[in-house]
This record gives sequence, structure tokens and C-alpha cells, in this order.
Amino acid sequence: MTLLTVENLDLKFDTDEGRITAVDNVSFELNSGEVLGLVGESGSGKSVTAKSLMHLNPSNAVYGAGSEIYLELERDVVDVLSLKSSRELKIVRGGAISMIFQEPMASFAPAITIGAQMVEQLLIHSSLSKKEAAELSVEMLDRVGISEARHRFYQYAFELSGGMRQRAMIAMALSTKPKVLIADEPTTALDVTIQAQVLDLMKELVAEFGMAILFITHDLSVIAQTADRVAVMYLGRILETGTVRQVIQTPAHPYTQGLLNSLPKLDALDEPLTPIAGDIPSPLERPPGCVFHTRCPKAKPGVCDQSIPDLFPIDSGHTAACFALTQEWSDIDQKRTA
Amino acid sequence: MTESSHISVRNLSVHFVLGRQLFGKPPVVRAVDEVSLEIPKGSFFGLVGESGSGKTTLGRAILRAAPITSGQILYRDDEVEYDLSNIAKEQLKDYRQRAQLIFQDPYAALSPRMTVRDIIAEPLEVMGITNTRAETDDRVREIASKCRLNLEHLRRFPHAFSGGQRQRISIARALVCSPRFVVADESVAALDVSIQADILNLLESLRGELMNTFLFISHDLRVVAHICDTVAVMYLGTLVESAPTRSLFSNPSHPYTKALLSAIPSLDPDVRGKAQKLEGEIPSPVTPPSGCKFHTRCSLAEERCRSEAPLWRELSEGHSVACHFA
Repeated sequence: MTLLTVENLDLKFDTDEGRITAVDNVSFELNSGEVLGLVGESGSGKSVTAKSLMHLNPSNAVYGAGSEIYLELERDVVDVLSLKSSRELKIVRGGAISMIFQEPMASFAPAITIGAQMVEQLLIHSSLSKKEAAELSVEMLDRVGISEARHRFYQYAFELSGGMRQRAMIAMALSTKPKVLIADEPTTALDVTIQAQVLDLMKELVAEFGMAILFITHDLSVIAQTADRVAVMYLGRILETGTVRQVIQTPAHPYTQGLLNSLPKLDALDEPLTPIAGDIPSPLERPPGCVFHTRCPKAKPGVCDQSIPDLFPIDSGHTAACFALTQEWSDIDQKRTA
Repeated sequence: MTESSHISVRNLSVHFVLGRQLFGKPPVVRAVDEVSLEIPKGSFFGLVGESGSGKTTLGRAILRAAPITSGQILYRDDEVEYDLSNIAKEQLKDYRQRAQLIFQDPYAALSPRMTVRDIIAEPLEVMGITNTRAETDDRVREIASKCRLNLEHLRRFPHAFSGGQRQRISIARALVCSPRFVVADESVAALDVSIQADILNLLESLRGELMNTFLFISHDLRVVAHICDTVAVMYLGTLVESAPTRSLFSNPSHPYTKALLSAIPSLDPDVRGKAQKLEGEIPSPVTPPSGCKFHTRCSLAEERCRSEAPLWRELSEGHSVACHFA
């Protein structure tokens, strides 16, 4: 069942230096019980996309005219971008959608106990009494593997270790029983051994609560271990989508291929690392045509710098936005050699 | 100290005293505890471990940027030999030219109010290596082109550059005074993968060109596996295993090394969840566990591990480990 539909999301920011495109015509769907991975380097627009699902972007954000985000709940369909008052927004901010952030130390209030913060959001989003909310919070802390949960409930964020804080964050996000969980680089700040623990926990919880997760990361191997489907973003556009096997084992877009080639691999220590040529262009100098053509090894002048490629179907559920995959491309090659 | 060692660390301890107490001794953080290692000349030596393992403190102690509580650090190149734990002020000044540090975060490491040229030239001017401006400019241009920086970039300010370019600038600054020994502390951790590969390739080519010794500190085993000749694994201030890269990755002997390796997420979606999971978290370095420091999280731990610290012993050529069961 489709829970969340994003259609033609277009988002620009008004800044002193001009209007900057952050998200450009992004569409995707999220089904219940599914983990969708959103991969991209810094500046690719993945966090901004996630924040627009909760209508959390700052006031200088300008949504394009055709942008639509729908959240399908049991009773009704919520048009997220039309929500205005804080009462209406409650449903996407912690109600049906919850979010886990990268840096748990920065997302907990430092001067309020973990427990008080968990109870506060439960009081806003449910009809529980204060006592019931406290009971549920302790239960959730226990559920995510925090020892002595009752004791931790009265502690402050600084008293917990990094891994423990991220667990508390997950407990807090899940206690309102959201339909959609947005996880924005949830393990990036953690050590590998703790990362493995947290990823396991998240997988268990998806199975148990049956919610959908939008998993944002720059690490393709974390995606390989968690996601069902993947969308690869670059400069605000989705360049490739598909199941995790399709995208990682048979990447079609030159950017996805480049990302995979630049990863150091433990089973191929002798192979040289091949970085993607050049640097990410500044958002103020957004390339015309295909956004990736300035760094693409396949780019053809006159084609890739002229028009924007659509997502082209490769296999069932696997699409990539690249002219090199189309029939016309080989026609051009033939014409040029002829 | 063997003939081929560039740096030789012997029973080094770095302890930090936390505050003062009215009664009794104040708590002490044992950041580095009785560590011995040899860094061979011209090698790329990797130091890995989780946060709180003391790898950064060890790197800083070697650079004389952290206080040495006890033990010895010897430095030797073809010109000089220094005992860093007991070094005169004049010698220390000379040592600063020979040993340099590349920082983790290229956004924080560069002054926003200096041009790239001035940033790279500063070490030369401060240490009085060059005498005229023309000479300085020559050196700056030479190292900038080695670090693949565009020469017209030298007039710009750091804000105009991306993360990868900034890291190339900080590498150029570290290398401009021709150091023999360079510590790279998490130098690619803040970079995107495509740029990370570029910086790793740059470091590798520079090492071939300049013949320096590198101490590469990182928490990312994949990166270390790619770039280093020898790897040492740290846990709670002590070394648990050290070996040539290939030997360490094909035949890890310490349970902690094994757990670290298996915790690396695989790029293959079909091998999900086969990792051997490590329970719990790294204990506090103020009150480290008795005996083997890893016994609280180790699946093999027995009574002996709780009371008796394992000795550092050599398993095979260059491959040493501290574990009762290895």
C-alpha cells in the first residue's frame, strides 16, 4: 500500500546570492513496510527532500507550482504542502511521520531529561495521561536495548554515550507509532561496531511495527544492508532508482557507477580507486542539461548539455536518467562515425 | 630502535588528570597506556580504532602536541636523531619542520581571512625557511601543483572551494616545509566518497614523490586497508594487534580486530546480517577493565582475562597480538 507520494517536488531557496535550486522535479513513492534508501553526496538535496515531507524547511524555501506531497492515512489523505497552522502540521511532525537525526547530541535538549522530552511529545501526539506516557517511554527505552531504562529516563543526554543516545532517539521517534520514519544519516556519527548494532535494531523494529522508512545516507554499503529500494540523488535530481540489488549490482547511471568505483573495497585491495572526475559544481552554477554532464565520462557535447534526460526504464522497477541508455544515443554514435 | 625505523615508540603512556579533588587522587584518563610500536621509514602506517581508543592522542604525542607521561619516543632520519620525550627547545623547533599534521576537517582548518597563497606560505615564513618573497612563492607554487591545485586559485580565499579542494590546500600547507614524517588524522573522514578516493590517490602519489613516512589515523578500515602497508589496532589506549595490512585483513587474530572487520557493512545486499556482533560499548578510559581491557565485550573471555593482562607477542613475521587465545 502506498503511504507517501511525492510528485514533481521542486524546491528553491531564496538567498542573498540568488535563487538556489535544492530539489529539482523529484518524484517517488513509499510503501508501508518498505525501506527506501536515498543516497547522495553532500549537497545532493537528500536532507532537504526529507525535510519537505515534514514541511520543515526554512521560510526562504519556495516550492514549485507542481510540487505535491500526499500522505495516505487510514481515514484521509493529507496534502502535506498545504498544511499551515501548527495544529495541522502536528500530523506530519511527529504524528504520522517521525524523524531521527544524524547527531543525537544536537537533537536532544541538553537541559531537559530524556524522559521529560519523550513524555512531552507523547502528550502532544496522543491522548495518553502523563503517567501512561512515562510508562510507555520507559517501555520503549527498554525495547531499543537500553539497560536500566527506568534510570536512564531521568538522565540527561550528556550522560549517555553516542550509541545510547541514538537508541534513545529511535525510542522517542517510535513511541508515537509513526507510519513513516525518516532516518537522516542515523549511523554516520557512530563507530562501526555501534553502527552494526543500531542497523540491526532498526531492521527489527521495521519488521515489528510495519512502518515505512526513508533512509538517508551517503554510504552505499549501509544502504546495501538496510534498504529494499534505492534512489540516487545528485544536485537535487534523482538519477537512478531501483531495488537495492539492481542499483548496486547492475548500476546503470554513470554517476552511480562512479560512486561504486570510488569506494574502497576490502576484497579488492589491489584495484586502484577511481574517483569521479572534478568537483561538485556550486549550486549557484548549476549546469544546464543533465546535471551530471560536467563530470560524466560519457557526456556528449550537444546532447547532455542541452536537454535534461528523463528517467528511462531499464528493467522492471529500475530506471536511470541518462541519454546513453536510449536508442537515440547509439544512433548519434553511428551518425558521427559515418 | 631498529635501523629502518623512522619513529620508535617505547612503553608510551599519556595520562590526563581530570580536575582536582578535595580528598584522594583525582581521576586519571589513561588515553594511551604502555604502547610500543615501530614505524618503518617510508611506510604508510595505519592506526585504527573506535572513538575513545586513544589513536589521536598517540599521534599527537608523537608530534609532541600531547604531554608524555612516561615512556620514550625516538625519531630518526638520515640527518638527525631525537629523543622526543626529552628534547631541547632548539631541537623541538627543528623537529616541527620535520613532522607535520594534516587535519580532519578542511572547513575548520583554513583561516577564512587568508588567501590560499598565504595559508600555504605561512609555515615557510613562521619557520624562517625561505628568505625572500620570490623564494616563498616558488615553494608555494611547486607544492600547489604537486597537490593538483590550480595556480590561479592561490589568490582566492578558502570559501570559494569545495571540501576536496580545501583538503588539497591543507595537504599542501602541511607538506610545504618538506616534512619527513606526516600524521594524517582522519584526513578523509569528512569528505564524500568520490572526493575521498581522489585525496587517497593524491596522498599515495605524494608519498612516492616525496618519500615521506605517513602515520594514517582513521576509524574506517576500508580506507586503511587500501592505503597502508602496516596497520595497528588500538582499543582503550592499548595496542591489541599490529600486522602488515594483508596479513591483518586475511588473518585477524585478536577478537576485537575480528569484530571490527565483520562490523563493516558489506556492499553485497545478499550477505545481510551475517556480521559477528560486538555487544555493548567501549568502557570509560577513567576506569578501564582489569586484566585484558577487552574482556567485558569479548566472546572468548575467561577468568584469566579478567585478572591477567595479555602480553604483546609476535605470531609471525611482523604480526603481533595481545590476546591469551591468539
